[in-house]
Amino acid sequence: MIAPMDADLLSIRDVSVSFTTESGTAHVLDEISLTLRRGEIMGLVGESGCGKTTLARTILGALPPNARARGTAITFDGRDLLTIDPREAADQIRGRAITFVPQDPFSAFNPLFTIGDQIFELLRWKSPDREAGERGYPRTRRRADHERALALLRRVQLPDIERLLRKYPHEVSGGQRQRLMIAMALLPEPRLVIADEPTTALDVTIQAQILRLLRELAVERGVSVLLTTHDLGVAWEICDRVTVMYAGQALETAPIEAFFRAPALPYTRLLLDSLPSGENPLRGIAGDVPNLVNPPPGCRFHPRCPEVSDVCRASRPPTSEPAPDHLVRCHHPLAVP
Amino acid sequence: MRLLAMVARRCLWMPPTLFGLLLIVFTVSHVIPSDPARVMAGENASASQVAAIRHQYGLDLPLPVQFLRYVKDVATGDMGKSLFTQRPVAEDLLARLPATMELALFAMSLAIAIGVPLGVVAALRRNSWLDHLVRVVTVAGLAMAAFWLAILLQLLFSMWMGLTPVRGRINGWGPDPITGFFTLDAVLLGDWETLGQALRHLILPTLTLALPAVATIVRFTRAGMINVMSSNFVFYQTAMGIPRRRIVWKYLLRAALIGTLTQIGLIFGNLIAGAVVVETVFDWPGLGTFAVNSILHSDYNAVMSFTVFTGVIFILTNLMVDIAQTMLDPRGR
Amino acid sequence: MNGFRRLLRDRSARLGLIVIAGLVFCAVFAGVLAPFPEDVNTYHLPRRLLGPGGINFLGTDRMGADIFSRLLFGARLTILTAVVATTFAVLIGVPIGLIAGYYNNRLSDLLMRVSDVFLAVPQIVLAIAIAQTLGPAIHNVILALSITYWPFWARLVYAETRSVRNEVFVEAAVAIGASPLRVMALHILPSIASSVIVRTTIGLGGTILVAAALGFLGLGPPPPTPEWGRMIAESREFLPQAWWYAAAPGVAILLVVMGFNLLGDGLRDALDPRLSRGTDDRTDGR
Repeated sequence: MIAPMDADLLSIRDVSVSFTTESGTAHVLDEISLTLRRGEIMGLVGESGCGKTTLARTILGALPPNARARGTAITFDGRDLLTIDPREAADQIRGRAITFVPQDPFSAFNPLFTIGDQIFELLRWKSPDREAGERGYPRTRRRADHERALALLRRVQLPDIERLLRKYPHEVSGGQRQRLMIAMALLPEPRLVIADEPTTALDVTIQAQILRLLRELAVERGVSVLLTTHDLGVAWEICDRVTVMYAGQALETAPIEAFFRAPALPYTRLLLDSLPSGENPLRGIAGDVPNLVNPPPGCRFHPRCPEVSDVCRASRPPTSEPAPDHLVRCHHPLAVP
Repeated sequence: MRLLAMVARRCLWMPPTLFGLLLIVFTVSHVIPSDPARVMAGENASASQVAAIRHQYGLDLPLPVQFLRYVKDVATGDMGKSLFTQRPVAEDLLARLPATMELALFAMSLAIAIGVPLGVVAALRRNSWLDHLVRVVTVAGLAMAAFWLAILLQLLFSMWMGLTPVRGRINGWGPDPITGFFTLDAVLLGDWETLGQALRHLILPTLTLALPAVATIVRFTRAGMINVMSSNFVFYQTAMGIPRRRIVWKYLLRAALIGTLTQIGLIFGNLIAGAVVVETVFDWPGLGTFAVNSILHSDYNAVMSFTVFTGVIFILTNLMVDIAQTMLDPRGR
Repeated sequence: MNGFRRLLRDRSARLGLIVIAGLVFCAVFAGVLAPFPEDVNTYHLPRRLLGPGGINFLGTDRMGADIFSRLLFGARLTILTAVVATTFAVLIGVPIGLIAGYYNNRLSDLLMRVSDVFLAVPQIVLAIAIAQTLGPAIHNVILALSITYWPFWARLVYAETRSVRNEVFVEAAVAIGASPLRVMALHILPSIASSVIVRTTIGLGGTILVAAALGFLGLGPPPPTPEWGRMIAESREFLPQAWWYAAAPGVAILLVVMGFNLLGDGLRDALDPRLSRGTDDRTDGR
C-alpha cells in the first residue's frame, strides 16, 4: 500500500517514555499504542498525571531533556518520528505538519511582543508557501502570508484584526487568545493538530464556543485533531473517538457513542459513574493514582479496580476487540451489549 | 501616551528628590560640623580668617535661611567657589564631565558587549565548564577593590610590559573640543592619530571599570534567561518548531534583559563611583580626580558640589533607564 | 539545624565560611600569629621595601614594617568596621522598612522617599562627603558607612513586608487583635528574616570594599593604622618595584569580600530552597 493513501494518519506502537528524576526513573508512558485516522478528532482522556500531555509532547518531539522515549514506532504520514533527523523534524514536522494548541493561552504568548509579531514569526518559518530550509522572508511570501493570516483570523471570528495584530497579549481577552492559538495552529495548514487541554483555562461559557470552533475548522479543512482533556464533557462535545489513559497506559479506545453508552473497561465505567448527574451524587474512585517511579506491575489500574484478580497483578492484559472499532486492554472486560 | 505620562510623573518626582539630596548635603556640610567655617578654612587658619569665611559664606545667618540660599544658588547653577582654586566649582565640574562620561560610556558598552552574550551562553549551558568559569570570574569581579585592580593592571600592562600608557587621557592637549569626548572629537576632525592615542589611554581604565559591571550583567542576564527558559511561551515556540537560535536571541533575550536593565542604573552609578578611585590611579582628568584632589586640599565646597553633581547625573540616568524599561516591557505601560 | 546542614553541603558556601572563619581567626589571634606584632607602630627604616621571603613572609613596607603582620592587625580593623557599620545600617533600615511596608499611608511614602533620596547618590560618593566633613578616624568611617547604607535594608524590608502583608498568617494575627508592633516583630519579621540575613552577609562584603576605598582616598583612620586600603595607597609611589606592597592587601580584600559573597549565595540557597541560585537576584547589592 502507498503510504499517503493509508487511512491512518498517525500510528503509535508500543511507545514508552521515562523521566530521570531525583527520586528515580519515572515510567510515565508504558507501551502506548494508538492510531489516529485522517480527519478524525480523537480525545485522549484521563486524570491529570496520567501521561496525556507527555504523549502529546512525545508526538511533537518536544520532551524535556530528562525524558527518554523508546518503542517500535510513531508513524506519521509514512515517516517514523522516533527515528527522524531532529533538524528535519523541527523544520518540516513540528509547527508545520503537526501543530499545537497549548493549554494556557495566557502564558503561551511572549508578553513582550505584539500578537502580530508572534503570528508572523510563526509564518516566517512555518508558512505553507515556505520552501524547506528557507532562511529569509521574501516580500512576496510575506504579503501572501499576511492575507492568509487576515482571512483565517476573520474566520475564527476575531474582531478588528489589523488593530488586534498591533496589540500585546495582555491587552486581549482569554477567549480571543485561544481563538488566536487555534488560528495559529491552522495557519501552517497542518495535517494534525495536537490540542492539550485547550479549554481548561477558559470560562465554561467560552469553552463551548471554542470547542465548536475547533471542530468546525477541523472538519472544514480535513485536519485530524488529537485533543487531551480530563473533562469527559469536552470529549463528548467534539470527539469522534476517545482513548482512555490511566497512569501511563492506554486502556480503551472506542467511538464516542459506544464509549459513553457501553464502555468495556471497568475504569471507564467508574469515570462515567463519577460524573455528577441528577440521581448520582458526586463521587470519586477509591484509592490513589499510583507512583510512576515504582508503578504497580501488570495492569496499573489493578489496585483500584473492582474486578481485580491475580492475573491483573501478574501480566498486562492483551488487546481485545469486544465490538467493531472498540479496543480494550483488560483481563476482565465488561460485557458490551 | 502612557509612556509620556510615566515620563512626566518621573520628572515631577525629580525636584523633590533633588531637594532632599540638597538637604542631606547641606546637613552634612552645615549642620553636622559644630563650626563649618572652621572646617572650611582648614586646620591652620587663624581666627580672623575663620571669621572672614563665616561672613563671606553667610554662615552667620540662621540655618533655614542658609539652606534656602543654598537651594536658590544650586537651582541657578551656582555651586559656589572652590576654596582652593577660587574658581567656580560648577564650571570645573562641567569641564571635567566629558572625560568621566567618555570613560563610563566606554566601560558600560564594553560590559554590555561582554556580559550579555556571556550570560546567555552560561544560561544555555548550565553547569558546563564555561558556566563555572563565568561564575568564578563573576564572584571575583564583584569582590575586587576597583582601585586595586587598576593598580594591578597598570603594574602589569603599563609598567612591566609597556603596552599601554601609564596615566592620563592623551599625550599633550587633545583634540579641539567639540563634544569633549576625545574619541568622538578625533573622529569628527578626522584625526586618526589622536583617536588611536585616546583609545590606547582608554584601555586600562575602561577594563578596570568594566569588570564589576560585567560581573553584574552576566549574573542578571544568566538568572533572567534561566527564569524565562521554563516559560510556557518558550515551550510553545519550541513545540511549533521555531528555530532555537531565533527563540533564544530574539524572544528569550528580550525577556531576560528586562531584569538586567533594572540593574543598568545601579551599574552606571557604580561606574561613576568607581571612577572616583580609578581615575585617581590613572590620572584621568575627570570628576573623580577632581573629587580626590578636593579631598586632599580639604576643599570642602568642591566635595559637596561633586556629591550634588553626581546625584543629578545619577537621577537622570535612572530616569532614562526607567523610560527604556517601559519601552521594552509593554505590560508596564 | 537542617538549614545549616544544607549550607554545609554547598561547595561555595563552605568555601566562604572557611575564608571568613580564617579572617576571624587572624583578627582574634593577630597578636600571636604576627611575626612582628610591634610593627604596627614601630619602624625599621634599614629594612624598608624588602621583597617577600626570609623573615618577612610578604615583604616590608616603606617604613620597614612587616606587611604580613600589618595585614593581620588590619583584619581586626576590617571586621570591626564592617560589623559595626552593617549592624547600625540594619538597625536603622529594618525598622524603617517594616513600618513603611506594614502601614500604607503618608508616613510610608515619606520614609521610602527619604531612603530613595539617599539612594539617589552612589553610596561611596555620599560616604566620601560625610567622611570628609567628619575627618579621618575609624569611628567617622563607620558613621559614614552606616548613614549611607541603611536605605538598602529599608528598601529590601519594605518590599518583602509588602509582599507578606496580605498573607493569611498576617491577616489572622491582625484579626485576633495583635498589636501592630507584635505583628511586625513576631509574624512579619521572622518570615522575611532569611532575605535580611542573606542581604546582610553580602552587605558585609560591600562595606569592606567601600571602607577600603575610603581608606585608599585618605579618608580612613590615619597612619600608622594598618588599614588595607591605605596600605595600597601608600604603595603606589614605590611601584613598579615594590609590587608585593600593593598586591598583598588587595588579595586580602579580595579574599574576604569573596568569602562573604559566597557565604551569602550559599545562605540564600540554604535558607530559601524555593529560590535556587541564579533564578533570584533580588537581594543583590552593589
